[in-house]
Amino acid sequence: MAPGLAGGDGRLMLEIKGLGKTYGAGDKLTNAIADVSFSVGDGEFVCVVGPSGCGKTTLLKCAAGLLRPTRGEVLLRGRRVTAPPEELALVFQEYSRSLMPWASVRNNVRLPLRHKKLSAGERTRLVEESLDAVGLTRFIDHFPWQLSGGMQQRVAIARALAYQPSVLLMDEPFASVDAQTRSDLEDLTLRVREEYGITILFVTHDIDESIYLGDRVVVLTHSPTHVKEIVGVGLPRPRDQIATKELPEFAHLRAHVYRLIKREQEAPQSLVPA
Amino acid sequence: MNRRGYEALAVGAEIAVPVALLAAWQLWTVHAGSQYFPRLSTIVVEFRHMWLFSQFGEHVVPSLERIGLGFAIAVVVGIALGIPLGLSRWARLWAMPHIEYWRAMPPPALLPISVVLLHSIGNVQKVSFIAFFCLFPVLLNTIDGVRGIDPTLLDTARSYGLRGFDRIRRIILPAALPQIAAGMRNSLSLAVIMMVLSEYFSSTSGVGYVLLISKNTFQLAPMWAAILLIGLLGYLLNLLFILAERRLLAWHRGWRAATAG
Amino acid sequence: MLSVAGALALWEVVSRTGLISQTDLPAMSTTFQKLWSLMQGGDFWAAFARTVRGWALGLAVATALAVPIGIFLGSNDFANRAFRVPIEFLRPIPSAALIPLLFLTLGTTLKSEVFLAAFGAFWPLLIQTIYGVRDVDPLAVDTGRSFRLGRFERLYRITLPSSVPYIATGLRISSTVSLILAFTAELFMGVPGLGQKVNFAQAYGLEDELFAYAVATGFLGLAIHLAMSALERRALRWHPSQRTGTA
Repeated sequence: MAPGLAGGDGRLMLEIKGLGKTYGAGDKLTNAIADVSFSVGDGEFVCVVGPSGCGKTTLLKCAAGLLRPTRGEVLLRGRRVTAPPEELALVFQEYSRSLMPWASVRNNVRLPLRHKKLSAGERTRLVEESLDAVGLTRFIDHFPWQLSGGMQQRVAIARALAYQPSVLLMDEPFASVDAQTRSDLEDLTLRVREEYGITILFVTHDIDESIYLGDRVVVLTHSPTHVKEIVGVGLPRPRDQIATKELPEFAHLRAHVYRLIKREQEAPQSLVPA
Repeated sequence: MNRRGYEALAVGAEIAVPVALLAAWQLWTVHAGSQYFPRLSTIVVEFRHMWLFSQFGEHVVPSLERIGLGFAIAVVVGIALGIPLGLSRWARLWAMPHIEYWRAMPPPALLPISVVLLHSIGNVQKVSFIAFFCLFPVLLNTIDGVRGIDPTLLDTARSYGLRGFDRIRRIILPAALPQIAAGMRNSLSLAVIMMVLSEYFSSTSGVGYVLLISKNTFQLAPMWAAILLIGLLGYLLNLLFILAERRLLAWHRGWRAATAG
Repeated sequence: MLSVAGALALWEVVSRTGLISQTDLPAMSTTFQKLWSLMQGGDFWAAFARTVRGWALGLAVATALAVPIGIFLGSNDFANRAFRVPIEFLRPIPSAALIPLLFLTLGTTLKSEVFLAAFGAFWPLLIQTIYGVRDVDPLAVDTGRSFRLGRFERLYRITLPSSVPYIATGLRISSTVSLILAFTAELFMGVPGLGQKVNFAQAYGLEDELFAYAVATGFLGLAIHLAMSALERRALRWHPSQRTGTA
């Protein structure tokens, strides 16, 4: 039973079934992911953590339809994902490389809306609203490279929001920003989730972050990667950077996940898929 | 010597050196009295007489037309071919042997052939010749520019469902543009050279033609005036291009400055 | 490889079927036959050697002048600024414009060819050398100074090695320019060589020969380009821009 499903009627939004991804052939065969299965309910916030190099990014790219899995499948609302689906938006870790340097912030956020059947007025409204939601209205006509790292990531988030996805995939989005900015962005993500009711799949290597943000935390093993455990996070919402992290429950969960990962990092790597 | 003193001296030199060189040129030609090297003053007079503006329409305009047309065709074809080639490894496998051979071919070797194949020495022959060889810098730079696009940008485009022509117009072309512009700049200076060569070889008008005629009729001052004009043309066209590039690619400079840290 | 064969086949078809009349475009087989038979004779190789000689001398002269001057201008800021304007004006002058002048003064001799080729090849190499010298990592130079290396030693041990990649690129560009101009001198001025052969062939309406020589020139150009590119790649190997490791 998956505790802590927020909103929705318990429907499954995203299902990852037996996902496996292998690169190369013969001697150079790399088993990026062996067998990963879990699901994300409508409106849930699920975090994915694991030791470095366990294929978290590969997992997300398969879920986003950017990579074809070697085994298994990804279902979005029961339909197979073979190409980037329209209801899904992806926020990359390297935000600066995912924004177009020749366009203003406004046009960067506007671009994905181009082929959606909307009137120009509606597009403008969406762009302005999402930039307002991330607090960047003042910089709407700046260029991305004129902004700081944290602000650029906010532009990327605004862009994903304006796209009005049902599911948001985030690949270690706050790994490259400083700690203060990271807390601000974490809270921003939570606020946005409340406001827009989106389902979020969030990959991170930061254990504290995963517990702070998530309803559930999927812990992966090292290569050959599969799901070690899915930890339910029963902490009350709305979350708070100070109050929530003061709770004893937070410390327990944190320690639990930490131990799981530590055991993974120390265990010998097996070459045979489990 | 302090900073300001040095700066003043440097600026002084920047002005003095060219002036001194020109003065030396004048003095030497006066002294040498060679018919092959008329006085600089004579050349300047001849320059003004010919190009401003009596023979301007007759010769300079056709030359500029040929450069303009040849360059434009080269750019359009170069980009149109370069983008698909940049995107498809398979296509490159097929095309590269041909491209490598033709880009290494010395253009003058094809001058007689172009006349023979096209049966004429008119504008079509010249523009085709110019366009053909100016194609390669643009083509090669477009291919490199497209190949060098950050994969994250391409992934982003894909994840937002941007495909086909839309993707090319909105992401690929702007991203590769800085590199394409570098190729275009090379192409432009190449166009001037090709124009001179093709007009010198076989033409009835144009600056290159004037060069040929003045040699045949042993008129040195007009010949030098033509040489000067050609140099000036190359310089001005290059300058114009750089100015245009600066405006269109202002974002690129800002971006490089920011990412350089 | 396949595509090359395909293109050659296309040439054959286009010509033989008269799509472009055979008098204008000799068939591929005819051209290569002609080329083969020409290559049997010493005449071809003499012309070939002359063109190569003109190219090599032009490039050598250009290098002998451009590299020292480039190093000087690159390492001396004052001189660089003083001569910036003249260089900017002289650079864009197409060497081709000098053909008539050379014809009248030096005539149809090797000297003309070498002068033309050298003049054209000089500028790209000069610019690249200056660029390479100026791009030296100031930290490396300072390190040299802290070890009390004299001015010339710093130049020799630090500046020069780090500018080699740029000079190699300059050589590649210049070698192409040198070939073009050597050939141009032969074509337009009648200096002996491949260009002169092309000119004769056209004048006498010998289409097969015309195309055969053109093809041969193309291969010479390709050979030079490939050789110089390989040289450039070797020189560039250690340069940071070429390293594919961690950014």
